[in-house]
Amino acid sequence: MAAFGESLHAAVQLVVGLDAALAGVVSLSLAVSASASVLAAGFGLAGGAWLAVARFPGQRALVALLNTLLALPSVVVGLAVYLLLSRSGPLGDWGILFTPSAMVIAQTILVLPVVTALTRQLVADAAHGNGEQLRSMGAGAFMSALLLLLHERLALVTVLLTAFGRAISEVGAVMIVGGNIDGVTRVMTTAIALETSKGDLPLALGLGLVLLAVVGAINVAIALVQRLHLMREGAAR
Amino acid sequence: MNNGSALIELRGASVRFGKVTALAEAHFVLRPNERVVLVGSNGSGKTTLLRALHGQIALHGARRVAGGREPTQAMVFQRPFLLRLSVWHNLMIALWLAGVPARERAARALQSLERVGLADQRPRPARVLSGGQQQRLALARAWGVRPRVLFLDEPTASLDPHAKREVEALIEAFAAEGMTVVMSTHNLGQAKRLATRVVYLEAGRIVVDLPTALFFDQSLPEAAAQFVKGESPWQ
Amino acid sequence: MAMKRRFLSIALFALACAGAQAQDKFIVMASTTSTEQSGLFAHLLPAFKAASGIDVRVVAQGTGQALDMGRRGDADILFVHDQVAEEKFVADGFGLQRRPVMYNDFVLIGPQRDPAATQGKDITAALAKLAAAGAPFVSRGDKSGTHAAELRYWKAANVDVAAAKPKGYQECGCGMGPAINIAASTNAYVLADRGTWLSFKNRADLAVLVEGDKRLFNQYGVIVVNPAKHPHVKKDLAQAFADWVVSAPGQASIAAYKIGGEQLFFANANQ
Repeated sequence: MAAFGESLHAAVQLVVGLDAALAGVVSLSLAVSASASVLAAGFGLAGGAWLAVARFPGQRALVALLNTLLALPSVVVGLAVYLLLSRSGPLGDWGILFTPSAMVIAQTILVLPVVTALTRQLVADAAHGNGEQLRSMGAGAFMSALLLLLHERLALVTVLLTAFGRAISEVGAVMIVGGNIDGVTRVMTTAIALETSKGDLPLALGLGLVLLAVVGAINVAIALVQRLHLMREGAAR
Repeated sequence: MNNGSALIELRGASVRFGKVTALAEAHFVLRPNERVVLVGSNGSGKTTLLRALHGQIALHGARRVAGGREPTQAMVFQRPFLLRLSVWHNLMIALWLAGVPARERAARALQSLERVGLADQRPRPARVLSGGQQQRLALARAWGVRPRVLFLDEPTASLDPHAKREVEALIEAFAAEGMTVVMSTHNLGQAKRLATRVVYLEAGRIVVDLPTALFFDQSLPEAAAQFVKGESPWQ
Repeated sequence: MAMKRRFLSIALFALACAGAQAQDKFIVMASTTSTEQSGLFAHLLPAFKAASGIDVRVVAQGTGQALDMGRRGDADILFVHDQVAEEKFVADGFGLQRRPVMYNDFVLIGPQRDPAATQGKDITAALAKLAAAGAPFVSRGDKSGTHAAELRYWKAANVDVAAAKPKGYQECGCGMGPAINIAASTNAYVLADRGTWLSFKNRADLAVLVEGDKRLFNQYGVIVVNPAKHPHVKKDLAQAFADWVVSAPGQASIAAYKIGGEQLFFANANQ
């Protein structure tokens, strides 16, 4: 129990002290995970929407595979990307192993199934009742998918938030492809892992609290934006 | 094609969903300027027949169109699907999907909204409109593409009496402009008011297909007569 | 969609930072968790950067993994502590030359009341007593230099852990810190390097029980990865570090690193 008190104290000290190293670690975490979420969104929104409205043999199998990938362990993704980017691997010439770029790639691969599967479900549900009306108006499968994406844009924010949460909280992938290099590829989760293995549990927990606070702040901000949006829509009545 | 002036024709059209036969061996010829009203209880096949005529559904049998080219069509549903956008954007997207050229789009959109009396609602989110207004927007969407045939699936079933009258008036006006109309309804009064021809369906079959006057005066098959009695409170 | 624009700018910023870093002079050094967790690099590397302008990016893993990294060409230089494995690495042509740099020592850590009566200066005797008593022992089991040393000591004590694990022997497949964590929580014995132990904070009831045995001497070596096998290796920059760390300023920096007044590593490049 005392450990929690110490952690809270450590967390407050870190934030109040505006520790420069901490600031660097936090901003790198945000940058890597946000980039990965955006990239995953680019492919996942389009892919998920298309998968929801397209009809082709093997579609069900593909959807089942996609849902399976939701449970992809982050270490597995990390290992796979490591083998790809290793100098002895096929993409070794890119030379980006142990840099933030490798971490962005790994996290993008990790959260892509999340975005795709959730988008697919969202669009499929929306298309279920209304696909016929869109077809009647002359929209093909792809156009219907895009219009439904536009229609469900508010719900998609939640999807992106989910992806971001998954990315920023994972440690397996970024540890392996980033190497937890001090000042270069150290992010919140790998820093926590390091402090834990050094036995500094209060500091590790404190960092964990900081991470939660940062993600919490982002969620509050987004909730406010959504609330404003709804209020504007209501006021137009 | 047997009759040169038919717009859309179905011959022996059947639609099955698994074990259920939604439409059985339907023969139907749609001619220009007709106002066809489909009546029958729920599950009788009215919606399926509409979808079959509109070409929105796979069927066994034949569906032919005049000159082998699809006439411009539009369909209005009981509950219109409106995108979470403004009234204006909903209309513009509909016109864009229909292939209306860019330079004409804005003018036509405005014209359509004025036609149904929604021009002042342009910037408002479409989904905050009342039921009647939403249906009028759906009609504007349809009218804007200048359809040769307008299909309507129980367009007033969810509306209050005032909105019902507004929508009916618009449908009548469109028909008067020369649009061919095919509409399904539960409301026999509506059928009497609007139709030139009434079609009664039962269990996926077209049982009666008569001009309006004859439909309501002539002695009908047992089941059809029961239906008419059941549905018309003034008799 | 303004949200997306904001994310995009962060993404571009992040990628730009990554790109910018590529401009600095840097090498990737594969080293061990024990060296990193002891805090030595935080002390040593800034001194090197000041002298040469070169950034050393440390990826800390077990010795075995560090050597694998060298074989794959993912590191420019190695800094590890398993002489036998290191010499094989060079003999196989993956490294240019092995130079000794410094040593520290291993210590046997265990619960203060020492139920297996291991206390003393003889590691072999201590391990034999441990096995006989069936006391709990945490092995790193991760092909690290420490693990390799541990296995050598068991062998010297005539205990074949591969054939028949002594009662209480557990392998965690983990780094030094986590291994000590487990020992602290379960009142077990563990073989650790003094550096990690000195900077370890979660000691619970543990204490140093066996130290000072000459066999507990733990030698570190530095090896530049062979550019013949991996042409992209930054040989000149890596060699600069190898040369510096065995030279007077590097050795002095190592000797100067202390925790709580106690020196952790003993520079012996010229011995």
